[in-house]
Amino acid sequence: MKKMFATVALMFASAMTFAAGGSHVHLEHMSPDLDDKASLQRGLQVYTNYCAGCHEMKFARYERAANDLGIPANLFEQNLLPDDKKIGDLMTNAMNADDAANWFGATPPDLTLEARLRGHDWVYSYLKSFYEDESRPWGVNNTVFPSVGMPNVLEHLQGVRTMTCAQAPAMDEHGKPKFDTLTGDVLTEEQCNVVVQKTAGQLSEEEFDQLAYDITNFLVYVAEPSRQEAESLGIKVLLFIVLFGIFAYLLNKEFWREIH
Amino acid sequence: MAGKNSLMAWIDDRLPVTQAFEKHMSKYYAPKNFNVLYIFGVLSLLVLVNQLLTGIWLTMSYNPSAEGAFASVEYIMRDVEYGWLIRYLHSTGASAFFVVVYLHMFRGLLYGSYQKPRELVWLFGMAIYLALMAEAFMGYLLPWGQMSYWGAQVIISLFSAIPVIGPDLAQWVRGDYLISGITLNRFFSLHVIALPLVLVALVVLHLLALHHVGSNNPKGVDIKKHKDENGIPLDGIPFHPFYTTHDLVGIAVFLFVFCSVVFFFPEMGGYFLEKPNFEAANPLKTPEHIAPVWYFTPFYAILRAVTYPLFGLDAKFWGVVAMGGAIAVLFVLPWLDRSPVKAMRYKGWMSKIALLLFCISFVVLGVLGVLPSTAARTTMAQIASVVYFLYFILMPFYTKWESTKPVPERV
Repeated sequence: MKKMFATVALMFASAMTFAAGGSHVHLEHMSPDLDDKASLQRGLQVYTNYCAGCHEMKFARYERAANDLGIPANLFEQNLLPDDKKIGDLMTNAMNADDAANWFGATPPDLTLEARLRGHDWVYSYLKSFYEDESRPWGVNNTVFPSVGMPNVLEHLQGVRTMTCAQAPAMDEHGKPKFDTLTGDVLTEEQCNVVVQKTAGQLSEEEFDQLAYDITNFLVYVAEPSRQEAESLGIKVLLFIVLFGIFAYLLNKEFWREIH
Repeated sequence: MAGKNSLMAWIDDRLPVTQAFEKHMSKYYAPKNFNVLYIFGVLSLLVLVNQLLTGIWLTMSYNPSAEGAFASVEYIMRDVEYGWLIRYLHSTGASAFFVVVYLHMFRGLLYGSYQKPRELVWLFGMAIYLALMAEAFMGYLLPWGQMSYWGAQVIISLFSAIPVIGPDLAQWVRGDYLISGITLNRFFSLHVIALPLVLVALVVLHLLALHHVGSNNPKGVDIKKHKDENGIPLDGIPFHPFYTTHDLVGIAVFLFVFCSVVFFFPEMGGYFLEKPNFEAANPLKTPEHIAPVWYFTPFYAILRAVTYPLFGLDAKFWGVVAMGGAIAVLFVLPWLDRSPVKAMRYKGWMSKIALLLFCISFVVLGVLGVLPSTAARTTMAQIASVVYFLYFILMPFYTKWESTKPVPERV
């Protein structure tokens, strides 16, 4: 019978990994770091300067972000708070949803939960994946989000990128690079969906990567501002349960001593 | 001490508190050979209490309207003191409820806990399971996310597959032509009042019936056959303090796992909180892939496995019939099992193979129900569905034909 449990448990475990599945677009990985307050502050700053005009965070409050990110309230009010807002307000903007739909083809989505909805890797890759495409209304497209309705507001920082034909690593049907069986070198082939830098931006590639990281990191924070509190409280709760478990075990042992 | 005793005496003269405590706890004699699988009844009760308490506090800040529901959940997550904890306890509790209930039911299948004289215990248990599914389904609409909305849309549209009355019935359930604020309001009412009342009442009946006939055990031995001179079963021990202390250990282990999920992985990789549900419901935008929450997927897979129209009725209708049948057949289980023994260890090899295949088919169906369907997966789901039903349909035959081992007199 024990063997049967083990078999069923094993099947369930393998089934779960099987069910996890994958998406079709290749995403660049980033690991959020909620302890990096400087990164989160920079992310909030970039959001305020570049994103907030169109994208609301209507479930989050300025004050909570200022407190969690360690920004003093007076500095926040002077530098980051819109003139018509109070620090306790929700992070909304003045853009009319119908106008926005008219201008962009769709209302710019609220970003409060974007990182939980799409995943941080998606957000990070999306920010970096704009390229020149004259067929689109804003002259840009995105490899992660094809036919995107948004202009590349970070273009002057990143520089113009364009899609061209070039030699690129050949991929098999699973998205893994193919290798030469004799030499072990990566096989390349001519592909016409390679995005290359056309003109330089104000930031170097590393600086722009850092900027994209900071925005993503901030979006991860704002999607679940209780994450750090949950983890620090969680440790204490689990330790208490272990302690409780030890006493429960000893109590149980004492009572069951005479039962055979 | 004297003061306390006289107070108890005063109360006992007016309300049988001590008598009830003795009947259900300190003089309820349970077999002494319970194993780890016997923890899941107590754990179901623990999770039920968790759901009721966290539900009360969620209701204090939740706004059951199409305009305000999604925002009020985020308000709970951000602005309510420890709101995130209350919400994660409730959302994780929903999945945990099904985990412990499925294991509790598996225990019943394994040791024949539904057999005579425990048929009503099983029937009340099945009624609890049915009420729990309705409770979970209605609760899932309340966050008013994309998956809440479209999941409910898909499931309620199943009613429309019923011939003649179907479309009107679906509209009657929704209260509208599609899922709307009206549906949300009635689901909220049913979720926070009607179904919890039904659930609690059924749990009381389940326990009363159980305590009337006594608990089964892993050997399926009737402990009431051998009693001492005071009428106490020789193989029984008082539930309190022996099983209460025993269960505390199990509760600690369970809480460790449960709280690990609550505090560290509340989304559980998208299985407990589905990603599309982080976007507010939008009736104009259908998600790419609609999957019910994991605890419904075995039945959803059976529904999708039926692809043949029959008697002029389309496949969807027969899918609904198969899905309903998959749940309904569980109710008659006590009358399908004709084995003279209860516990799996004394049954023959056919029963053992049948239970193993049944468990495998249930898990396979659960996995397939999560995934988008392809031709190969549909074939797999069809095979697994047939195995699922054969377990029950053939049960009267294999349990009767197979040779069983003798059951010992004592545990």
